[in-house]
Amino acid sequence: MGRLLLIVTALLFLCVFLVLPLLVVFAQALAKGFEVYYLAILAPMAWAAVKLTLLVAAIAVPLNLIFGVAAAWAIAKFNFRGKSALITLIDLPFAVSPVIAGMIFILVFGTHGWFGGYLRAHHIRVVFAVPGIVLATMFVTFPFIARELIPVMQSQGKDDEETALSLGATGWQTFWRVTLPNIRWGLLYGVLLCNARAMGEFGAVSVVAGHIRGVTNTMPLHVEILYNEYNYTAAFAVASLLALLALLTLAGKSILEWRQPELRHAVRRPRDRTRRAYS
Amino acid sequence: MKVNSSAAAALMGRKTRGVLPGFGLTLGYTMVYLSLLVLIPISAVFIRSSSGGWAHFWEVVTAPRVLASLRLSFGASLVAASINVVFGLIVSWVLVRYTFPFKRFIDGMVDLPFALPTAVAGIALTALYAPNGWLGAWLKPLGIEVAFTPLGIVVALTFIGMPFVVRTLQPVLEELDREVEQAAASLGASPLQAFCRVIFPALWPALLTGFALAFARAIGEYGSVIFIAGNMPMRSEIAPLLIVAKLEQYDYAGATAIAVVMLVLSFAIMFGINALQNWAASRHGER
Repeated sequence: MGRLLLIVTALLFLCVFLVLPLLVVFAQALAKGFEVYYLAILAPMAWAAVKLTLLVAAIAVPLNLIFGVAAAWAIAKFNFRGKSALITLIDLPFAVSPVIAGMIFILVFGTHGWFGGYLRAHHIRVVFAVPGIVLATMFVTFPFIARELIPVMQSQGKDDEETALSLGATGWQTFWRVTLPNIRWGLLYGVLLCNARAMGEFGAVSVVAGHIRGVTNTMPLHVEILYNEYNYTAAFAVASLLALLALLTLAGKSILEWRQPELRHAVRRPRDRTRRAYS
Repeated sequence: MKVNSSAAAALMGRKTRGVLPGFGLTLGYTMVYLSLLVLIPISAVFIRSSSGGWAHFWEVVTAPRVLASLRLSFGASLVAASINVVFGLIVSWVLVRYTFPFKRFIDGMVDLPFALPTAVAGIALTALYAPNGWLGAWLKPLGIEVAFTPLGIVVALTFIGMPFVVRTLQPVLEELDREVEQAAASLGASPLQAFCRVIFPALWPALLTGFALAFARAIGEYGSVIFIAGNMPMRSEIAPLLIVAKLEQYDYAGATAIAVVMLVLSFAIMFGINALQNWAASRHGER
């Protein structure tokens, strides 16, 4: 009896807070029929937003991937002083409000910012332009891949790499042929989460973007503009694309967790795993 | 023999920092990238806000509108994180202990608030709780208004924070020994007694961590809140929105002052969570 009550309570809570918000997106998007939906998605401004979102993710994700691999290599394979402080610093962007994440780049690159005068003299626009959006996205998604890879690499130790090196492989060969195949699922997992956030980031991007239609509109910003213009059907149509992306991300995540059950725990308790690998 | 050689390798490795190459390169790259993208830009907030002087900082931070927004942000986050602790505990308990149809699917869906862009969550919740929405239409006759009130902010922050509590509790519940509960039951403890005396003591560090993570995320949250909040100054205006408002008026001193307050509190919570997890791990030892 108590058991049934608990299950019903949990499912009711999840229904109200997860299922209904998801359903309402698609219901509102299709409220005026498929034709209106297609027209809203195929509108030139919507397409410009899709393209910019893809561009931003295509820059931010690979850069954070390179950083994540480098950071994980240094942290997981070597011992040095200040390692746990470095891990905490890598997590720092998670503790920063998205709005502040956008603001810091205005303070550095804006008209009245540190490099404002230099940039204006050389006609380079960072803030209220695409470079600012990319920077803000990179900041917000900075920890994702590093934080997945560090526990994965730590749990694997360095025996495989040392064997390869003792057999005469160079450092790069060891990395490409031994390390990379070992960490590929963890890498994919991190890229998946990083990409979802990069494409969906709103607060940070909204502060640096300046809302120039068709020029600095990512998909989430375009949703906001359409919504504020009371064009609800179109807003929810673009939002439904982002919701599909979220569902695909969750599906990919579940498949990877099913293949590699330890990824689940890597994500849930990164610090614990880190500590266990140390001792 | 094999054990000996690997032990020797480990010893030598410790002395010479290992035979693996790339330490200088990867650590150097990590430090440079971290400094350029994260540390230096964040320091800009502190430097900029201190340029106006302490008196000005205090004047901005204690202005009634700023105080009201900070009170709202922290209050709503506190309520939302508390709701999440209660329901997060029930959800994670049900997911770990019981079997029912579509359990794996439901378990995967718990991460939806992580994956769904906040702006999408914001307009979806607004549509749901608006007076003519699926849920709003039911609540209106009861005299409960959610959309465009502080209650709406709590709803959005509950949505955003939920996975933090569930995902922190799940592994702890999975590791919890069921035999201890059964022993408590066989010694005559009621289920409630067993929960209070046996389960809760093992669970509370994870509950507190989940609460702190959800709370920290909620304080800074922007996208999912602004659509449902109504954004009335002094009543339903959250602190991040006030930062945006000040930035739009080019009031950088004001914006950075609020940002400093929020950053200091967020960092304090983050270090608190770290300390809590270290303490909990050392208390439990290696299991």
